[in-house]
Amino acid sequence: MGTRTIIPFGPQHPVLPEPIHIDLVVEDEKVVEAVPSIGFIHRGLERLVEKKDYIEYVYVAERICGICSFIHGQTYCQGVEEIMKIEVPTRAKYLRTIWGELSRIHSHLLWLGLMADAFGFESLFMHSWRVREQVLDLIEATTGGRVIFGSCKVGGTRRDIPAEQMSWLLAQLETVEKEMQLIVDVFMNDNSVKHRLCGVGVISKEDAISLGAVGPTLRGSGVADDMRLLKYAAFGNLDFQPISKTDGDSYSRCAVRCAELFQSVDLIRQAAAKMPEGEIAVKVTGNPDGEFFSRVEQPRGEVVYYIKGNGTKNLTRFRARTPTFANVPPLVKMLAGCELADVPVLVLTIDPCISCTER
Amino acid sequence: MAFFQMKKMILAWTFRTPVTTKYPFEPRKICPGSRGRLDIKISDCIFCTLCAKRCPTQALNVDRTNKKWHIDRLRCISCNCCVEVCPKKCLHLTGDHGIPTVTKDWETF
Repeated sequence: MGTRTIIPFGPQHPVLPEPIHIDLVVEDEKVVEAVPSIGFIHRGLERLVEKKDYIEYVYVAERICGICSFIHGQTYCQGVEEIMKIEVPTRAKYLRTIWGELSRIHSHLLWLGLMADAFGFESLFMHSWRVREQVLDLIEATTGGRVIFGSCKVGGTRRDIPAEQMSWLLAQLETVEKEMQLIVDVFMNDNSVKHRLCGVGVISKEDAISLGAVGPTLRGSGVADDMRLLKYAAFGNLDFQPISKTDGDSYSRCAVRCAELFQSVDLIRQAAAKMPEGEIAVKVTGNPDGEFFSRVEQPRGEVVYYIKGNGTKNLTRFRARTPTFANVPPLVKMLAGCELADVPVLVLTIDPCISCTER
Repeated sequence: MAFFQMKKMILAWTFRTPVTTKYPFEPRKICPGSRGRLDIKISDCIFCTLCAKRCPTQALNVDRTNKKWHIDRLRCISCNCCVEVCPKKCLHLTGDHGIPTVTKDWETF
């Protein structure tokens, strides 16, 4: 047995866009234990419900995360609508689905780029982000914002996608899809990528379930579970089956995300074809009185919002459980027994979003 | 096992112009419908204060007595809320994001 040493990983580290600290207990080059600690960027957003009224809070909810911003707004709106028994127009539900899937594409492309950067494949990183830029342009043209969409509100959406813009969007998506295919081919087949990902950070199906993994981390371990199966927004009318891979290693998690890129494009096409004409929002009167657990699938996994109102314009309690928070225990399990050089790659495979986690 | 999967893409991009632009020397292409800087047509404004009341970041201040409309550019999040509530439709968001600033001043119209 070699000498045990503790190596601090983070909060500032080249692979980490956001601060998380992990104490790595290493024996020679092997990690024997990982002790995570968070709390570097707590912003107190949950308590802000006491200051902002429930309609204004949509703007705060969207700012919980910079990448899945739209889905945070959507989860919050769906929760409040459920408490207030508001029937959202069908067109608005389809629009939310389209924007949600666009945000999933841009998040997964961002992750692919960061992953390529983590294992030192700079040109692949740049090409992933070049394609992501095209998706951001589509988002900007349809919602007005590149990262903070600002298009979801309680009672519907704030913008519509007219028919001619929709056909332009679908044409652009076709180009994006071809470009994504080129990048995904590299991720899935290139020897140097496989060398860094295959068999690294294996997490079994049983462990993934018992440790509460969500999203691609769970689906990469062979559990086909996805919150979109709850048929929120327009998913009830779309043909959707969750993607899962059985190996449970980093390569599986990467493969799940790559396959989801094309699944999202397909879902947008389906939604655009089935989207009915009509209103995009209903007038909201009164205040929320009651409580609700809102569950939505983000690019990183399932997000859970607990919303409680008492009939006043301010909510009494708001709680967000984000996917990264759920994926930290599986990460700790993955890190135990891995090589020290694989730590950055493994931390990235759960797609950590620390700002979300600490709210 | 496949090696050099990217060679085709890399070769193709060797002979293309870069996708990045020489910002700030070359201005960014503005996407139509983008939410940028808030602009007001002050001659149409009736100083009803609705925009200031609905602003989620309190970036607007309307002085009814002196007929002045103030905005804190650094607080404005370009959410389009004021534009939606304005009864005279004198507010609109321009596509550009304005020039950088070093002081936190209120702009007055």
